[in-house]
Amino acid sequence: MRREKQHAVPPAERATPDLDSGKYLVMWQGPQHPGITGNMSLRLVAEGDTVVDCETHVGYLHRGFEKLMERRLYMQNFPLVCRIAVPEPDFNEYCYAAALEELAGVVIPEKAVWLRTLSLEMIRLASFLMWIGGQAGAFGHGTIAQWSVTMRDYVLDLFEELTGGRIYHMYIIPGGVRGDVPAGFWKRVLATMDVVEKNLDDIELVMFHNAVFKARAEGLGYIPRDWVDQYGITGPNARAAGAGRDLRKDSGYLAYPRLSFEPLVGTESDAYGRARLRLGEMYQAIDLIRQIVDRTPANGPFREKLPNPLHWKIPAGETYVAAECTRGEYGFYVVSDGSDKPRRVAVRGPSYTHAVSVMERLVRGVNIADVAGLMVSLHTYPPEIER
Amino acid sequence: MDLKDFIAPFAVWKRAFEKPFTVRKPIDERPGAPRYRGFHMNDADACVGCGTCEAICMNKAIDMVPVAGRDPEDGDSGLRPRVDYGRCCWCALCVDICPSGSLSMSNEYVWIDKDPDVFRYVPGVESKPWDGSPLGYRRADGYRLLDEDRVPMPETGPAEAVASFLELVKGYSRAQAEKEADRCVSCGLCIASCPAHMDIPGYIKAVRDGDMEEGLRLLYDTNPFPEACGRVCTHLCEDACSIGSAGDPVAIRWLKRYIADQVELSDYAKALPRAAAPTGRKVAIVGAGPGGLSAAYYLAMLGYGVTVFEKDEAAGGMLRFGIPEYRLPYPALDKDIGYIESLGVGISRGVSIGKDIPLAKLRKDYDAVYLSTGLPLAYRLEVPGDGHPRVLDGVAVLAAATRGEELGLGGRVAVIGGGNVAMDAARTALRHGARVDILYRRREEDMPADAEEIREAKAEGARLVEKAIPLEVRDAEGAPAGKAAVFVWNEAAMVQKEAGKRPVPEPIPGAVREERYDSIIAAIGQGPDLSYVAEADGVPTRRFKPVVDADGMASSGQAGGAAVFAGGDFVNDRKDAISAIADGHRAALGIDRLLGGKGA
Repeated sequence: MRREKQHAVPPAERATPDLDSGKYLVMWQGPQHPGITGNMSLRLVAEGDTVVDCETHVGYLHRGFEKLMERRLYMQNFPLVCRIAVPEPDFNEYCYAAALEELAGVVIPEKAVWLRTLSLEMIRLASFLMWIGGQAGAFGHGTIAQWSVTMRDYVLDLFEELTGGRIYHMYIIPGGVRGDVPAGFWKRVLATMDVVEKNLDDIELVMFHNAVFKARAEGLGYIPRDWVDQYGITGPNARAAGAGRDLRKDSGYLAYPRLSFEPLVGTESDAYGRARLRLGEMYQAIDLIRQIVDRTPANGPFREKLPNPLHWKIPAGETYVAAECTRGEYGFYVVSDGSDKPRRVAVRGPSYTHAVSVMERLVRGVNIADVAGLMVSLHTYPPEIER
Repeated sequence: MDLKDFIAPFAVWKRAFEKPFTVRKPIDERPGAPRYRGFHMNDADACVGCGTCEAICMNKAIDMVPVAGRDPEDGDSGLRPRVDYGRCCWCALCVDICPSGSLSMSNEYVWIDKDPDVFRYVPGVESKPWDGSPLGYRRADGYRLLDEDRVPMPETGPAEAVASFLELVKGYSRAQAEKEADRCVSCGLCIASCPAHMDIPGYIKAVRDGDMEEGLRLLYDTNPFPEACGRVCTHLCEDACSIGSAGDPVAIRWLKRYIADQVELSDYAKALPRAAAPTGRKVAIVGAGPGGLSAAYYLAMLGYGVTVFEKDEAAGGMLRFGIPEYRLPYPALDKDIGYIESLGVGISRGVSIGKDIPLAKLRKDYDAVYLSTGLPLAYRLEVPGDGHPRVLDGVAVLAAATRGEELGLGGRVAVIGGGNVAMDAARTALRHGARVDILYRRREEDMPADAEEIREAKAEGARLVEKAIPLEVRDAEGAPAGKAAVFVWNEAAMVQKEAGKRPVPEPIPGAVREERYDSIIAAIGQGPDLSYVAEADGVPTRRFKPVVDADGMASSGQAGGAAVFAGGDFVNDRKDAISAIADGHRAALGIDRLLGGKGA
């Protein structure tokens, strides 16, 4: 029953549909649509129930973060950056803090290295849990969404305990982190990981051994290996296509070089293959969290003292700091002119490629009913497209 | 696809028999985590209204507002933060940075109201159900955005210090000064409590920016004695400093000194503003202390011809003759005075008004007169034998030390009193090799001297005798008459006589002690000498102090001569250099207004 792999028509060879011919229907999917994974919209041209053309429309979420940052003190941007990718604030916090630390020549304490790694893996798990609910939901499997979002909330409970916030953690502050773990926290982390892991086993059974899911996801949105470099595809979308790239391994930041793991690599980057790979990365995140619990030092400082945040000036320079988020390479390019505010901050979110150019190419030839499932299978967060 | 793909999905049904995940609100409450960042709380009494929360808030969600029943006072603006939850993002940077540590957050996160305006309130002032909650976000132990520890000032150790009159405080290096300047949050509480209202955050910023000329310019806006004040100011500013509310206050005085020390006198003219064009008017100033010379500086800047009459052979007043050189070296003072003289201010040294020239003549020859003659007359001990030849006057001892005269204090010295003059006299005696007792009628914590002066005097070897009420001075037995004396005192107990007032020393019957000394230095205070002011000068006095108006004017001089202004120790209650400097500045502006200027 496996459908043919869709090799969508390259943009250069594409003919513009004659909208006056009466053969086509133009419709908008989004900006309010759960399948869009955020405030973005697709202008679809359908022939019958098959999409023949698509334009992505962004701009519904533009809050001007990058420009705002140029007018705020370095420390004042710390509560701002987390909002750039709502379900994964911690990667923004980490990249911003690490970029400033690199420019200012600050080395963070060992404990902060581990707590930052913990925070990034916990949010990886939480973000994937939300994604898998969306992926199942897009194919009508709302039950899985209810399970996984609950599991995500259990992880957010841990964040709430550790950082004082559920969504915007504002925990990774330049210099380190804002606090040590509360008493009994490690025990609760391990207990939560057991619950989530068991739930993932259930999800694996009912979602990945599911005739409907397989029928709709297999072959959908197929990304060939050679697109990876052409489009700058990263993360699970690329790894599922066989590109074994993972910044955690390749650039070895934070505590990752000291953790035992291997990047997961797939063979088929279609909606099913990507979902399988992400499920594997959820198990991997649980494993990494367990390693971190074991190895985080019990004592020691968690933040390096920095100058007064009201006057903190960073020597002139520029840097790019990247981390492997759930969707791929997440990076902050920061330019300092020696003043107390950044001269330029540019955020590189993987969704820019995945949700715009890759999506536009993949969606052609797809049944309208599968557009949402395709979009979710690329795991994109529109807020990071329009910083 | 195999058979499992059709059967497995039915496994979801097993959840139908399990307990739901959801919370059944309102039956089950779900409180925020113990460190949840919920609604703000503020300990309004611990808060000093510095507004650092407002400064760090990136959402401009915090406004500092006046609140009923809380007036501004030294070290407290009287304002309290009002949080607007339409803007707040619950980042808690305000809590992290709060210098006093008064701000925190509760773990409450549900608040429903029909009126949108209620979501803007002053925590700790407008009561809320979560006030005083032990739960919610607090700064973690060991986590501070501000540095609570002052950069230590390099100083000579007490053993080395007591062996010479070299300056104790060595001054900050550039790196030390910039690090200390970085601690300031620019709240400005210091400005309000400085008698001269110096732009302290401004010159501290100049230190951070490494712009010494800008720093010097800001110093001279309100104080032409930065070298002297940078060493010996009573630094009321530091008492008000918001950083000091839960840590060491910023070393404002040392930063002032740092700026002045960095600029050579020869470069002052380049950095500082030029004087206005001459007005053709003349002002006479009596007394070349900090107050008189401050008035002279600002009058000269306004274009007046200024002559200062000083009875002593050198200018500087108490800064020169009352403060030992290990605290204020003479070259530093000479630098301050040198710049004032370079503006054309004439100082007639060794000319005593009243003795050499009558005040009336100044009032005739000049367009205005400013009196700033301080408190030259030492109070007597007022006990039998206080006229004994070995009972010396503290200020006179210090002046003799300045002049390099032989002090002849002997090996055993008592200093009576608890103020800065007492400490200076004791430490001067220590440097002359004496063993020194400081006797004070109350307790150490009641002493008016600066805490660091007391601490240093003790470290250098002075013995402190508290609760000692003087009874008598008499000749020592066995010593030639007038060569040594016995000081007799009554031990006292501190008695709380009136609630809310400080306790008073009451003699303990029979507890009379005595000790033989070679010298007894009385340093219990000084009074003014107004003998040069005649009734015809029209200067009103109350309790031996000239009475002045808001401009420092004592007599408008309608009849018989120029107006008379007065200020400094014999007018104000603070009796310190910075208050005298402020008085001098005020009088200069007052004189300018009186003589038709803009007074600015």
